[in-house]
Amino acid sequence: MAAVTRASTRTGRAGRSTAEAGRETASGTARGSGSRTRAGGPGGHRSARRPWRPAALRRAAGPWLFLAPVLAFFGVFKFWPTVWGMYLSFFEVRPYLGNRWVGLRNFTTAFHDPMLRRAVEHTLLDAVVTILASAAVGFALALLLEGPARHVRLLRTAAFLPVVTAMVAVVELWNTLMFPGHYGALNTLLGHLGIGPQQFLADPDSSLASVMGIQVWKSAPYDMVVFVAGLAGIDRRLYEAAAIDGAGAWTRLRHVTLPALRPVTTIVLTLGLIRGIRVFTEIYVLTGGGPAGSTETIVTYTYKSGIQNNNLGMAAAVSTLLFLATVVLTCLTLWWRNRREAA
Amino acid sequence: MSAPTTALGLRMPKRGAARLCVRALLHALVVLVFVVPLWGLVATVFSGVQLKLGELALLPRHASLTSLRTAWDLGVGRGLLTSVVVAGVGLFLQVTVSAFAAYALARKRFRGQALVMLAVLATMMMPEEVIAIPLYLVLGKVPDPLGGGDLLDSYSGLILPVVGWALPIYVLTGFMKTIPLELEEAARVDGAGDLKIFFRIVLPLCRPALGTCAVFGFLMIWDQYLLPLLVVQSPHMRTLTLVVTSLAASSDQPEGVRMAACLVLMVPSVLVYLLLQRLFERGLLTGSLKG
Repeated sequence: MAAVTRASTRTGRAGRSTAEAGRETASGTARGSGSRTRAGGPGGHRSARRPWRPAALRRAAGPWLFLAPVLAFFGVFKFWPTVWGMYLSFFEVRPYLGNRWVGLRNFTTAFHDPMLRRAVEHTLLDAVVTILASAAVGFALALLLEGPARHVRLLRTAAFLPVVTAMVAVVELWNTLMFPGHYGALNTLLGHLGIGPQQFLADPDSSLASVMGIQVWKSAPYDMVVFVAGLAGIDRRLYEAAAIDGAGAWTRLRHVTLPALRPVTTIVLTLGLIRGIRVFTEIYVLTGGGPAGSTETIVTYTYKSGIQNNNLGMAAAVSTLLFLATVVLTCLTLWWRNRREAA
Repeated sequence: MSAPTTALGLRMPKRGAARLCVRALLHALVVLVFVVPLWGLVATVFSGVQLKLGELALLPRHASLTSLRTAWDLGVGRGLLTSVVVAGVGLFLQVTVSAFAAYALARKRFRGQALVMLAVLATMMMPEEVIAIPLYLVLGKVPDPLGGGDLLDSYSGLILPVVGWALPIYVLTGFMKTIPLELEEAARVDGAGDLKIFFRIVLPLCRPALGTCAVFGFLMIWDQYLLPLLVVQSPHMRTLTLVVTSLAASSDQPEGVRMAACLVLMVPSVLVYLLLQRLFERGLLTGSLKG
């Protein structure tokens, strides 16, 4: 909890610094250009009247001039919405009527909504399962497709295509492949294997698993590339030494490869979790949270209650909690990584 | 010679034929899982046979462009234009603004530097998904710099929110720190100012890193879905991602037309990846290994 408060005050301060930066650069531009014209003028007397020297001032303003554009964009489109969202979570938002302070009521309403509880469960389950599964599949792919040989490189490139394909296209493709009728592509394939037609996304019992399958299909090749790079960094002589000592493939994997890949693996997993808890596009396009709320996640829940049902205050409250969760997870990751590097 | 050179030692000649068979089978499985679905999409688009909902072709029989043409007229052409404009302008602004910021962060010492780094890090925790609701309200308040109302339902609303992004700032800052200082110092002795040094010396030397940022920035902007969903209100402002989902939602379109829209959405990003693969993989590794 201490981490939460510290992180939020930090961002608050950062937000203020953005505003300061804007102000400082604005004045910096004016003074900077003014001093330049004066210096260019005939007999530009170095201003003894001014308490600061233009050169020194320009040097101080320089970095902020370079930073101003980015800080302005961050300020308007990142910090303002974040801070305002936190503020709104304590209000009943009524367009045209003015917002009404309701204290913590948005939070208590949200906590007592069984739909949100299910959404949180789905989100966590989805994040954990897809991250672990795509790391496992990615690792297997990396082992299989590791190496500089030409056809292996070609296969790696081909397998990577799902990663660079826009999520919306991937989702529509799989929506078609998973057509529940018996002539759907995946059901035809299953039919050849002697398995009856599945409902996939249309059945509340299998919808979340189907979504997870699609997510793994899109993210496993990404993990593969990261693992391939990790494998390439392992000293070949370790394998040779192990082989000379009589270690089989499994022993080498267990005692040489996996320990060497540990840092890469933890980063893949933690970044995946931070990304995973805000899953939206694939769920919203595939199922819209249905059937019967079986794939509702936190962000689809906030989007629906905020934009579609116009319950902006509660949506803001849930978003605030999601933001705090992201902050905590990120801080834990950073703290943990720093501790590792220090050790 | 017979020592293993990969983790599993697949290059060992021991029991050669059996291993080769297993490996070929596994490679075939990789192709089946990751490539065949995409191939099915392409084949369906160019198939002249009318396919039922949920049916995909494996071979394009009676090849024709009818599906593509129909999809194009149903808004895909317009969507592609919008997406290209948004990605082009957005990417240009994103890379420019990030390069400026990276120069200050990599080359200057100033008060508040740590705070700026912290602010950049903080923005990584504020993706559209988390701030969607207040962002929507903010977009309704900020005036459009191109004139005419607020940012909702405008090109500016699609472009400006994607300009500030932490990744290119990190990539470029890291890269600029590796450039030796001597060149800049020599230029400074010759009387060049910050701007001149930035444009004439630092920026040209950063070309590889700029390429990496451009590839990632393009894919990031091209993939946007939630932001257009919030911004766009009138049909003619739809980006390609929105056109694809709205076409798919109308189930009266044959499969070929829906897949054609997906194909048009797919091709630019896949081309960027295939043509600039080296830049891409380098960025992937700096992005994921170094944070």
